Amino acid sequence: MAEAKAIDGRSLVRRRAGLRLWLSASWLGLLCLVALFAPWIAPKDPLAQDLFLGRLPPFWMPGAEPGYLLGTDSLGRDVLSRIVHGARVALAVALIAGTITCLIGATLGLLAGFLRGWVDMIISRMIDIWMAFPPVLFSILLIAVLGPGLVSIIIAIVVIDWTRFARVVRAEAMAQGAMDYVASARVAGRGRPGTMVREILPNVLPTIVVLLTLEMGIAVIVEAILSFVNLSISTDDPTWGGMISEGRTSVHQAWWVLVFPLVTLFLTVLAFSQLGEGLKDRFDPVLR
Amino acid sequence: MPFLRILFVRLLTTAITLAGVAVIVFFVIRVVPGNPIAMMLPPGATEEDIARLSALYGLDKPMITQFGIWIAGVMQGDFGTSITTRQPVLNLVLGRLPATLELSIMALVMAMILGGAAALTGTRFRGGRTEGAIDVANGMALSVPDFLWGLVLILLFGVLMPVFHISGRVTPSLDLPFTTNFYLFESLIRLRFDLWADLVAHMFMPALALAIPLAAIIGQLLKQSLKETMNLDYVTLARTKGYGETRVILREALRNAALPTLTLVGVQFTFLIGGTVIIERLFSYEGLGNMAIDAVINRDLPLIQGIVILFAVIFTGVNLIVDLLYTVLNPRLRHG
Repeated sequence: MAEAKAIDGRSLVRRRAGLRLWLSASWLGLLCLVALFAPWIAPKDPLAQDLFLGRLPPFWMPGAEPGYLLGTDSLGRDVLSRIVHGARVALAVALIAGTITCLIGATLGLLAGFLRGWVDMIISRMIDIWMAFPPVLFSILLIAVLGPGLVSIIIAIVVIDWTRFARVVRAEAMAQGAMDYVASARVAGRGRPGTMVREILPNVLPTIVVLLTLEMGIAVIVEAILSFVNLSISTDDPTWGGMISEGRTSVHQAWWVLVFPLVTLFLTVLAFSQLGEGLKDRFDPVLR
Repeated sequence: MPFLRILFVRLLTTAITLAGVAVIVFFVIRVVPGNPIAMMLPPGATEEDIARLSALYGLDKPMITQFGIWIAGVMQGDFGTSITTRQPVLNLVLGRLPATLELSIMALVMAMILGGAAALTGTRFRGGRTEGAIDVANGMALSVPDFLWGLVLILLFGVLMPVFHISGRVTPSLDLPFTTNFYLFESLIRLRFDLWADLVAHMFMPALALAIPLAAIIGQLLKQSLKETMNLDYVTLARTKGYGETRVILREALRNAALPTLTLVGVQFTFLIGGTVIIERLFSYEGLGNMAIDAVINRDLPLIQGIVILFAVIFTGVNLIVDLLYTVLNPRLRHG
């Protein structure tokens, strides 16, 4: 049992990583449920305005109305209900944009890193060019081109962020390609496509999963930023970014319009990133 | 001469990158729906007015010709005329650049101070609770991007404890004696500390928001390489000489641990500059990024082109400098 003692320090690290993994996974799971059942969970209609009930404070403050737990915004819309419905947009963008970005970016990175040669040259030059764009400005430009809406946001995220996957996967695939097991697979008669998919991909997959988790967090932020600049979805539809944008302008009169969506967004982004970091530790052979 | 060869290759790839950026931005923004000329004319304008003004800005020619004219101009330092303000793009962009540069550099300095302090403290008290706390704080700072930190700061220091200004670059009622747009720098030279304090009170939150994620990266990397350095023989030797732990870290280990961190800071600095776009918007700071967003909203095509090219020049320039510095500073690469 001397060995068990020796890895005691590591098990502490693992336990902390495990807690982090569970906490973030539970928050995201809860959010998924909320998004799925939003119409049943939200206490009010998220679009219903009532100018007589504008800027009501949250329930524990004087002047609060029962039924409006987290208060209302300047148009009298229920903050809680809008956060609940906003989860739908946030998660839809995270899942769809994250997955498509991952598929395209990882494929290009794998091709560049494994095939090398002119394929690598073209993809690497493209990555260089993409890295010279300020990403936020690039996304705002694309939304101006594509017009506002959920689909445009997803396209913008895919077009801009594929390099995040391509860069890392390319480097990993290059490192893997130089290893002995790849050479022996080739000697054993595997073709190049077979080697890439059967030998390299499984070894790069953990990295891809980690990047995907991180990308989902980034997608949520991009959506919020675009709503903040007023380019996301129509301003009526509840999005966290749109609520934050409105809350920012009235922060001195009604802080709750800013604080509650901000806390939700903050926790969600934190959860995605901690999930990614936790998974990275799990996959890391040194820690395991 | 390997250094000259590296320099040549890097200059060539930088040129290709910039050309690629120019092509992409030019053609992408021309797909934007909405005629910029129609938007700048009063509602009563006739078709002829629109056509005449389009011709004035060269927007009636085929796209390829327009691109040729634009590139030829850029080569001579002429970036065209802004459609909304009717001023030369170069003047507008260079007028705003100092504000963004001051903000970015202030953020970089803050990140280095915060990150450096975290790394040094973490190394000094390594293995204990202090290091654990620093790791957790680092993880948080790294997970959340500048935009959200900006909002959190607005709540903390703009609303809860209103100590800093939450919008603008300088209090509008103040008399500005400046001849350049480097306000922060010039106020120091002119010994106008009252103005300097006002500028800092405006810049503090946006700069800190930009600095927090970078500080976390610096903290993490520097701590890691400090801890590795602390196990090297020459550090042990310094310890046997009887020097205290703090002195060993500051005098012996830091010197050698700093280089790998510095090279990464260069690349991360470009990300920070990219972040100024939304942070400037958030804090209504009158820099390039804020102007860029307005330009997109107003469909000011020449202005958008100019700003994007300028950002690309800054990004590739910073990367180029860092790469070359690394080659010069790292003897293994120099003789490679």
